[in-house]
Amino acid sequence: MAYAIEMKHIRKAFPGIVANDNITLQVKEGEIHALFGENGAGKSTLMNILFGLYQPDEGEIYVHGEKVKITDPNDANRLGIGMVHQHFMLVDKFTVAENIILGKEPSHLGRLNMAKAVKIARDLSDKYGLDIDPLKKVEDISVGMQQRVEILKTLYRGSNILIFDEPTAVLTPIEIKELIQIMKRLVSEGKSIILITHKLKEIFEACDSVTVIRRGKVIDSMAIADTNPDDLANMMVGRKVNTQINNTAYEPKGKVLDIRDLTVLDSRRVKVVNHLSLSVHGGEILGIAGVDGNGQEELVEAIAGLRKASSGTIEINGQDMTNHKGRKITENGFGYIPEDRQKDGLVLDFTVGENLALQTYYRKPFASSGILHPKVFTQQAKQLIEEFDVRTPSERTLARSLSGGNQQKVIVAREVSRSPQLLVAAQPTRGLDIGAIEFIHGKLLEEKQMGKAVLLVSFELDEVLHLSDRIAVINEGRIIDIVNPKETNENELGLLMAGHKKEAHQA
Amino acid sequence: MSTWFRKINWLTLLIPVISVFLGLLCGAVIMLAGGYNPLLAYGSIIQSIFLQPYYGGETIRAMIPLVLSGLAVAFAFRTGLFNIGVEGQLMAGWLASVACAIELDGLPKVILLPLSIIVGGLVGGLWSFLPGLLKARFKVHEVISTIMMNYIALYSTAYIIKNFLYTEGERTPTIPSSASLASNFLATITQGSRLHWGFIVAIIAVVVMWFLLWRTTMGFELRSVGFSPDASRYAGMNVSRNIILSMTISGVFAGLAGAMEGLGTYQYMSIMSSFSGIGFNGIAVALLGMNTPIGVVLSGALFAGLQTGGLTMQSVAGVPTDLIQVVIALIIFFVGSSYAIKWIWLRMSRKGRKS
Ligand SMILES: Nc1ncnc2c1ncn2[C@@H]1O[C@H](COP(=O)(O)OP(=O)(O)OP(=O)(O)O)[C@@H](O)[C@H]1O
Ligand SMILES: [Mg+2]
Repeated sequence: MAYAIEMKHIRKAFPGIVANDNITLQVKEGEIHALFGENGAGKSTLMNILFGLYQPDEGEIYVHGEKVKITDPNDANRLGIGMVHQHFMLVDKFTVAENIILGKEPSHLGRLNMAKAVKIARDLSDKYGLDIDPLKKVEDISVGMQQRVEILKTLYRGSNILIFDEPTAVLTPIEIKELIQIMKRLVSEGKSIILITHKLKEIFEACDSVTVIRRGKVIDSMAIADTNPDDLANMMVGRKVNTQINNTAYEPKGKVLDIRDLTVLDSRRVKVVNHLSLSVHGGEILGIAGVDGNGQEELVEAIAGLRKASSGTIEINGQDMTNHKGRKITENGFGYIPEDRQKDGLVLDFTVGENLALQTYYRKPFASSGILHPKVFTQQAKQLIEEFDVRTPSERTLARSLSGGNQQKVIVAREVSRSPQLLVAAQPTRGLDIGAIEFIHGKLLEEKQMGKAVLLVSFELDEVLHLSDRIAVINEGRIIDIVNPKETNENELGLLMAGHKKEAHQA
Repeated sequence: MSTWFRKINWLTLLIPVISVFLGLLCGAVIMLAGGYNPLLAYGSIIQSIFLQPYYGGETIRAMIPLVLSGLAVAFAFRTGLFNIGVEGQLMAGWLASVACAIELDGLPKVILLPLSIIVGGLVGGLWSFLPGLLKARFKVHEVISTIMMNYIALYSTAYIIKNFLYTEGERTPTIPSSASLASNFLATITQGSRLHWGFIVAIIAVVVMWFLLWRTTMGFELRSVGFSPDASRYAGMNVSRNIILSMTISGVFAGLAGAMEGLGTYQYMSIMSSFSGIGFNGIAVALLGMNTPIGVVLSGALFAGLQTGGLTMQSVAGVPTDLIQVVIALIIFFVGSSYAIKWIWLRMSRKGRKS
């Protein structure tokens, strides 16, 4: 059997941790191979080795049966290996076509041939059904489209082996469906794909085989036909996991968050939140369902004091917090898990310990009269790392070197441990493994049972449906309906999200 | 497993050391090409600053403003700001301290000396407060505004001296001894060097910088804003205020550097037709010192030693003093290329392991 990629006995160690321990990965020609494993299992590390970003301490790599050395991404490109990173590397101000050719520009006598670039982009896009406009600026297209630009970039460079590192984490359900279509088309054209994902559903929908790794070691590798979701989940975590979310009893208390007639403008002064009213009670999880870009982000930012409300009021714990400073709102019992963890949630070049204290560093017992008490930082960090199972060599490790999922755990630990009256969680489980999702859902439910109010914003309909006590559907900046999760389903929600209020109700 | 860790730590430390070594090496090659004896030249530097009290004293004296302006640059760097205006802040602080000393002559030394130092620092801070404010309020890039402030300082200090504090010799009058940092004792033990008590101020400043950045909530915020303005804002920090604060504190260090020159080394301020260069050297000191307080002290010592010892190079080995400036420039060049050095290093060690 010919393998497109064969990585043998790969070992890679980082300070305090062996990220890859004797890993063997075999990807057949023309298949979609899933790489499945918990947060920090070493998946990204392995792929970075394959792409030449890291050097393995030990082990061998074969591409199409030939032994190779990949010392940098240029080597990888030459060997036909392309990578679509989770964090896109695009130039916002450039057009799609310009981004695609960047670094390998078609030119004539030293002059850039833009018309040719556009044509190349368009042809590739047509060939693989990517449906992309080469002349649009990257900053004007959606995240899903940006990802396709990344895919086009690798195709343009002639890749026949594509690595996707958690491509679906940032996509909406529809975009995910389309991406899977695209991947299948690529494979039918003879390409091979390695897909990293935490979502079992995608693995069973898209992949041909799967390799499971845990704590840097391969647990098993098999054809998808020979396994099932439960087995795979258990194999990955090493114990039985509960993928089914079970909500707890609903006993709402008084209003904790009360939004009245709120209007928020975006940077182009368009009304993105439009006379919206909403309240969240203690002891309840209110889920917000909606298609991306319908004002969720701005609503949450306005609550957090990060964006000005142009009219209306926001009350938290009975106090008017409209357009107050973020710090004041936080101190009034507000906790926030922001959507973009690397940009907004963490100071990546701070240590894990410093990040865990990012909301409390100025208060007792962390500081008194402006002087920090490092011992308290360490102590609290150790405790939270333990309690929230953050996989990190120590509290002095930089947040940057943590795996994506563990970075998220740091934020959740920081916000939940302050036990705020109101917790706003925006995509709290994005990029997390099944075990960690179970854990975080458990934490949200715990908060609710303690009588706290939780506002959950998520594109995962599953999550919203199973975790919420009430679901508010947002469309074009308004709450168009509030539904009981027990009396609705994904289809009805989908219709509502698209703005079809009446039909949905009659259904 | 821990080998990688050790290698990285080594690397960060190695870069400045290798840069210095390469700088000296290239300097030696140039000397050889010019027909001079590099061993004799470097030997004379080491001999003079370590064995001749005068040059030792002068080295420490030259270190004082260098370390302070290095701290100024490093402090701003830590908050993600590039303070090129140390030169101007230094001049403003210099003149302010001298003017304060002259105008308030008659006050007892315990009051006048600290007061003049503080005024120097504060005016330096004021000089950088403005670029900080412009950056925070109107997003004016600090590199541009601080450069402009340098020229404003250059010409306005000249104007003020000419019109209000003029004495023969194109300079201000000498400050009263009750505001002076100079010391007969220090001069005597260093055989007549200009070493003054300002080194104590520099030591305090080093400790203060370390303490501010790593042991106070203010420093926590400053570093946080420097690394990630977005996450800092999300954590409820006031990003604009921190930018202004960081620039201002940076300017205070620079102003103190000026005060050390005015109250210590020279005892007056001349009308300058061009920049002193100390502020610009501060950028190199901070860079070589990796923006850490201890690093700034070490690299400040190196540059001061080279400059001072370089004077003896001419008499002993006949090497033109200017060559020392070349060596300094080379060192800065190599630090700047640290990325390349790191890369080559990793490549080489990788090859080594494979074979
Ligand atoms: N550059 C680095 N320096 C130090 N440690 C690192 C570095 N990169 C990764 N690690 C560590 O190696 C381990 C594996 O990380 P990796 O990013 O490969 O995990 P992952 O399987 O991709 O997890 P996730 O699903 O959360 O993205 C983690 O413990 C991480 O902290
Ligand atoms: Mg990863």
